[in-house]
Amino acid sequence: MKRLEGKVALVTGGTSGIGAGTVERLCAEGATVIFTGSNRAAADKVCAATGAQFVAHDVTDAAAWDGLMADILDRHGRLDIAFANAGTESGDGSIEDIAIEGWNNVIGVNLTGVMLTVQHAMRAMAKNPDGPTGSIVVNSSMNAHRAMGNFVAYSVSKSAVVALVKSAAVHAGNRKYQIRVNAVLPGVVETAMIVGLIDKSADPAATRGAYEGLSPMGRMASVDEVAGMVAWLASDEARFCSGGEFTMDGASTAGMNGV
Amino acid sequence: MIEDLGSQRLKGRVALVSGGLRGIGLACVERFLAEGAEVVLTDLSSPEDAAETLARLGQAASYVQANVTSEDDWATVLAAVTERHGKLHILVNNAGIDLTGPVATTSLEGWRKIMSINVDGVFLGVRTFVPLLEQSGAAVKGGASIINVSSIMGLVGMSEVSGYNASKGAVRLFTKSIALEFAEKKMPIRANSLHPGFVITPLLQEGFQRWVDKGVAEKAQDLVDLMSSKTPIGRLADPSELASAVYFLAGSDSSYMTGAELVIDGGWTAQ
Repeated sequence: MKRLEGKVALVTGGTSGIGAGTVERLCAEGATVIFTGSNRAAADKVCAATGAQFVAHDVTDAAAWDGLMADILDRHGRLDIAFANAGTESGDGSIEDIAIEGWNNVIGVNLTGVMLTVQHAMRAMAKNPDGPTGSIVVNSSMNAHRAMGNFVAYSVSKSAVVALVKSAAVHAGNRKYQIRVNAVLPGVVETAMIVGLIDKSADPAATRGAYEGLSPMGRMASVDEVAGMVAWLASDEARFCSGGEFTMDGASTAGMNGV
Repeated sequence: MIEDLGSQRLKGRVALVSGGLRGIGLACVERFLAEGAEVVLTDLSSPEDAAETLARLGQAASYVQANVTSEDDWATVLAAVTERHGKLHILVNNAGIDLTGPVATTSLEGWRKIMSINVDGVFLGVRTFVPLLEQSGAAVKGGASIINVSSIMGLVGMSEVSGYNASKGAVRLFTKSIALEFAEKKMPIRANSLHPGFVITPLLQEGFQRWVDKGVAEKAQDLVDLMSSKTPIGRLADPSELASAVYFLAGSDSSYMTGAELVIDGGWTAQ
């Protein structure tokens, strides 16, 4: 029997990058996967490759969450896994330069969107037929502990969701739920987005080198490496893990950079 | 309990677990065997006393009597692993003891004993096996993996646990330093620390019994209930729940994880 067989999973922002890689991994381990996003063309490719189901949904659309969850419970009768992955850095900047629109966009997706995901996932999991069980995983970042000067909203949001995870985990315990909430903190992951940034930079080789050099291992993470950890946290292997921060950054934050 | 048990994801790998005859160590040994690895375990018991457990574990397991504080014993373990397998992919430095009581009445002897087992033992295990791990790690995805068992007591302090806190904190940063060293030298060895919360093990049960003897509680079960109520998940851990984390750290899925802390505490340190 596969590790996630019989489990129903929701992945937000599943059309590309870590989200798409996680959809693929959860499907491969036997889960029924529903993923959300806005890019339908990209979503079709993920569906064709994995057998997952796509629902067009924006994590910041608070009014649409009830319908999305009702639809999942209607069709599948339960929710076991939620990966709050959707994120953006669009409009971000330094503390001096960022516009209120940019700030609101990043905080809206990366923090409020995650709050709505965790909230609705927990409400759905609390209704599971075999009692309140499930695993919620939030995609934070090593930037939760190492802020970037030119991405103030992103850095703040990734740190804030770690506190959100801990609060939600403690609440679940207070309610005697067996619902676990954890954060993953990846280092730089070689997603299509990062590769695009590298290719568009003035000196792609130097930019690649700079990203790779953030980790003492001298490379970026691959998408499947992060997906493997999410799958582990989603599974019953991790059934005593809650409120935790799971760093996968090739030792990027283990020491003092460059020393 | 665990659906993935027996997936054989560790087939062809060799693991060494110190303190492997009971508690978290034994659970790791059992999990590694279920996943197809060959395992060498060490502990303080005589081979005769370990025979019954070894017979149950089967042919893929072997036992070496060794004290983790002894350089000579580590040399014996290295010789045994080299002779039997010629390689090592996974090293779990698990052997450990506890120490509780007010700092003012902690004896230097007791302090040195816990440091020698919990800290020296980890250092010696790593130092002994780095060359073999480097050699063997090149052949497997994700490289060789060192898992040093720290504790949530290596992350946060607790009253009257000063010696144990100090020893487990040392394991946490020792692990980060070696992780950086191996990464910077491009050695195919990862190193991470494991931070269990309260786990139902012989060590915990003996510790609780000592508190009962001191009059802290009426019976050990009262302490289990108290610790359970203080854990957000509402219960203590089973050793198999730590073994599943060690299994993740040991295998290829954690290939980008080094210098990190895996906290398995039912939410204890989230509060």
